Amino acid sequence: MLDSRIIDQLRQIVGKDQVSAEKADLICYSYDATQQKFMPDVVVHPQTSEQISRIMRLANTEKVPVFPRGAGSGFTGGSLPTKGGIVLTTERMDKILEIDEENLVAVVQPGVVTEQFQIAVEKVGLFYPPDPASLKFSTLGGNVAECAGGPRCVKYGVTKDYILGLEVVTPTGDIITTGGPTMKGVVGYDLTKLMCGSEGTLGIVTRIVIKLLPLPEAKKTMLVLFDSIDGAARAVSAIVRNKIIPTTLEFMDGRTLDCVKQATGLQVPDAARAVLIIEVDGDREFLDKQARRIADIIQPLGVVETRIAETPEESEALWQIRRSVSASLRKVNPDKYNEDICVPRSKVPEMIRKVDEISDRYGVPIVNFGHAGDGNIHVNIMIDKKIPGEQEKAEKAIKEVFEGALALGGTMSGEHGIGIAKAPYIPLEITPETALYMKTLKKALDPNNILNPGKIFLD
Amino acid sequence: MSKLKDLEDYREEINQCVKCGACRAHCPVFGAEKHEGRVARGKVALAGAVLDGEIGLEAKVLEDLSQCLLCGSCCAQCPNKVPTEEIVAAARRRIAEEKGLSSFGKGVAAVLGRPKLMDLLAKTGGTLSHLLFKKVPENSGLRLRFPAPYIDADRTLPPIVAKPFRERVPEVIEGKPGMPTVAFFTGCGINYMYPAIGEAFLKALKFLGVTVIIPKDQACCGLPAVSAGAAQTVEDLAALNLAALTRRPVDYVVTACASCNAGIGKIYADLGDDYQALAAKTMDIFVFLVKHGLPEQLAALPKAATRTKVTYHDPCHLRTRGITKEPRQILKALPQVEFVEMAGAGTCCGLGGTYSVYHYDTSKQIGAKKAANITASGAELVATDCPGCIMQLQDSINHAGGKAQAVHLLELLVAALPDEK
Ligand SMILES: Cc1cc2nc3c(=O)[nH]c(=O)nc-3n(C[C@H](O)[C@H](O)[C@H](O)COP(=O)(O)OP(=O)(O)OC[C@H]3O[C@@H](n4cnc5c(N)ncnc54)[C@H](O)[C@@H]3O)c2cc1C
Ligand code: SF4
Ligand code: SF4
Repeated sequence: MLDSRIIDQLRQIVGKDQVSAEKADLICYSYDATQQKFMPDVVVHPQTSEQISRIMRLANTEKVPVFPRGAGSGFTGGSLPTKGGIVLTTERMDKILEIDEENLVAVVQPGVVTEQFQIAVEKVGLFYPPDPASLKFSTLGGNVAECAGGPRCVKYGVTKDYILGLEVVTPTGDIITTGGPTMKGVVGYDLTKLMCGSEGTLGIVTRIVIKLLPLPEAKKTMLVLFDSIDGAARAVSAIVRNKIIPTTLEFMDGRTLDCVKQATGLQVPDAARAVLIIEVDGDREFLDKQARRIADIIQPLGVVETRIAETPEESEALWQIRRSVSASLRKVNPDKYNEDICVPRSKVPEMIRKVDEISDRYGVPIVNFGHAGDGNIHVNIMIDKKIPGEQEKAEKAIKEVFEGALALGGTMSGEHGIGIAKAPYIPLEITPETALYMKTLKKALDPNNILNPGKIFLD
Repeated sequence: MSKLKDLEDYREEINQCVKCGACRAHCPVFGAEKHEGRVARGKVALAGAVLDGEIGLEAKVLEDLSQCLLCGSCCAQCPNKVPTEEIVAAARRRIAEEKGLSSFGKGVAAVLGRPKLMDLLAKTGGTLSHLLFKKVPENSGLRLRFPAPYIDADRTLPPIVAKPFRERVPEVIEGKPGMPTVAFFTGCGINYMYPAIGEAFLKALKFLGVTVIIPKDQACCGLPAVSAGAAQTVEDLAALNLAALTRRPVDYVVTACASCNAGIGKIYADLGDDYQALAAKTMDIFVFLVKHGLPEQLAALPKAATRTKVTYHDPCHLRTRGITKEPRQILKALPQVEFVEMAGAGTCCGLGGTYSVYHYDTSKQIGAKKAANITASGAELVATDCPGCIMQLQDSINHAGGKAQAVHLLELLVAALPDEK
């Protein structure tokens, strides 16, 4: 329970309708997509940087932790109020402030929903490529904080590649700006990049300056079935070697395909043990040629069947197969751990074989799909938590998966971040010296450990 | 004990929510309010907390649960198909049971069968509280939707007609031999406010030679009572309608109101086998017309020289149950119509059963987005398949100062049919 005096002060800062300590509201801000639950003491809906600055000052004086929150769609618990205190949600800071068509730059508040922003810029022929699968509901602030990525990352990169500058409220309540609207800028440290992926532990992003691209004229989607995951992986290398960079190169392994077949009745030949969904974008006339060239290049690599979409509807139908994966998996087992390891592109088949071996040894179903173009594999460990012992098995399997990825020169998280879910595993990947460097930074910027404490590094 | 499902029966569905947040993209109330308590994920979390005894039915919980249009937009897009609209309706029934009907929605129960309030209804000036409102039976959903003390003066509402539709028409209208026989479930909107839609319905079916039965003793479908949490009223109305609609053998029960279609076609299915059989026979008018070849007959008519730009609004109660193609098929086939698809055709209009009565401000905000999309489409008319939507769409357009008019698609359809000899 927070002192009512603190709650009154919060009310003075943001207005009384923007603060609630009622239990019903606390329950509604106690969870995120990890499905874990921690009750905050108060929920605050600020609307300006100045308000956030004053909240941070107050929190430092009163030593109350503050947990920034966007849409609460995070997969690693970054927004969870693990120590009670204040949930600071940006959902009402949702204005697009500027779209500058001359300089291809936009300025937004952090609570703008990713897809809403994309729709707005596409209306004027511009393009914001980062496309996390959660784009219909995640916020741009959350995307920056997690450095979110998506299928289009193969060609276009991830969130941080589009962030030119930020306005940030520091953990102690100062308002600073990093970077700016220019394409170049080398004055001082690159704090913009430091903030990207810092999971709300180093500052609260209150304004984002975003780089835009011209919108490609069209895109073309194809779905290719392979007789093995090695064939699919070789196809990815062959495409890239031929100097073609598709927009997306999504894969599903044989076990994922089995789940989808079982759940949706999808018709595919039995010989198919891996799927690639390939999309290319650019000028319309050039796309047909490119799609055909890709089909020719990969044909000798164990292709069972190739489906090329001729219309937007057909393209949508191909993507629907990919989107049906999540729901299909739930039919296998009710609970899942969704890890998002990343390995060098060429090591994908080896990693999948390793995961299959771990799956068989522990007797827990694990299916893999993800972004073949950048080696980002979503490893889904399917269990039923109600069965005693399953959870422990899953946790052991996860640790082995991480160790396997690191042994191949990979990383334990490509997109979802660390939060609390992966914090225990950090020593597997980061040396004590690197960790010390990061913690020293955090301590210097947040001496009272007020902002999102206990995230990334366990206290 | 009500035959309708209890909140407890939804425990499994509540646990199916994986807290992904996808519903934030689809819930119209959340879009207007930007608060987690207003989105499906929050409401499901609260319903779960109530079941677990973590929280009681306190004011804030009641408020969040009242902030739901029961539109089903969340469930339609939910990866795990969590039926939030059913969970909220069950929670409202529990609230009504424990706290009395009036505690939910600030006085719905007061309007139900309480003569004193009825008088008040008749006396309050303007809008629906017209003397003619006395003609509307006490258990009609219209009374739940428009209890006079809660109706804003700046709201555009259609008047109650002097002679309800069902009193104007014979109970049986014979068609051609070999054609099916259908029962027309009119619903309150058509019966008391929009009889012209009912006339259009009859004309369209006459064109095909279908035999139509219009049982005089049918009642309100009960959907507004579902929205209000009035379990007993829902069951009473269902029983009346089951009797009225099964007295004569019919092939289908056809509706021209999306809400009635969902009431009989979905809600009743929980009440027992007889009701399930009734639900299985229930069909939307445009699904019926497409099934019986009307678009082909329309396509044969010569196209008009000047055509009117018309867009279509998907009523939630049809869209979330997969009925989106048939009305468009008819609309596109009409010779006098140039069909344009508007942005957000499938987002809720903001009426939501009893919702707009108690949350008129939020309802107006949701409607304003709709009105902006209608204007942007350049359409002169917005056609739909539900009297409730027509009312809300017109009110929203008027508030936005737009010029478009909301009509029932049936009215456009019959304007294209050749005159009777
Ligand atoms: C179905 C589903 C699919 C997903 N797919 C992808 C995917 O393809 N790729 C991907 O990368 N992620 C994916 N995610 C994960 C998640 O959507 C992303 O991490 C997203 O960026 C989180 O945004 P959010 O607004 O929900 O942030 P939240 O979950 O609310 O917060 C995430 C983190 O950001 C911090 N934060 C939020 N706003 C700010 C701010 N203004 N300033 C500072 N810190 C802030 C929080 O403290 C927290 O640490 C998916 C999630 C779901 C549920
Ligand atoms: S979309 Fe469905 S599963 Fe996801 S949070 Fe909403 S109700 Fe829960
Ligand atoms: S039924 Fe409609 S209003 Fe209610 S939670 Fe779902 S989307 Fe929102």
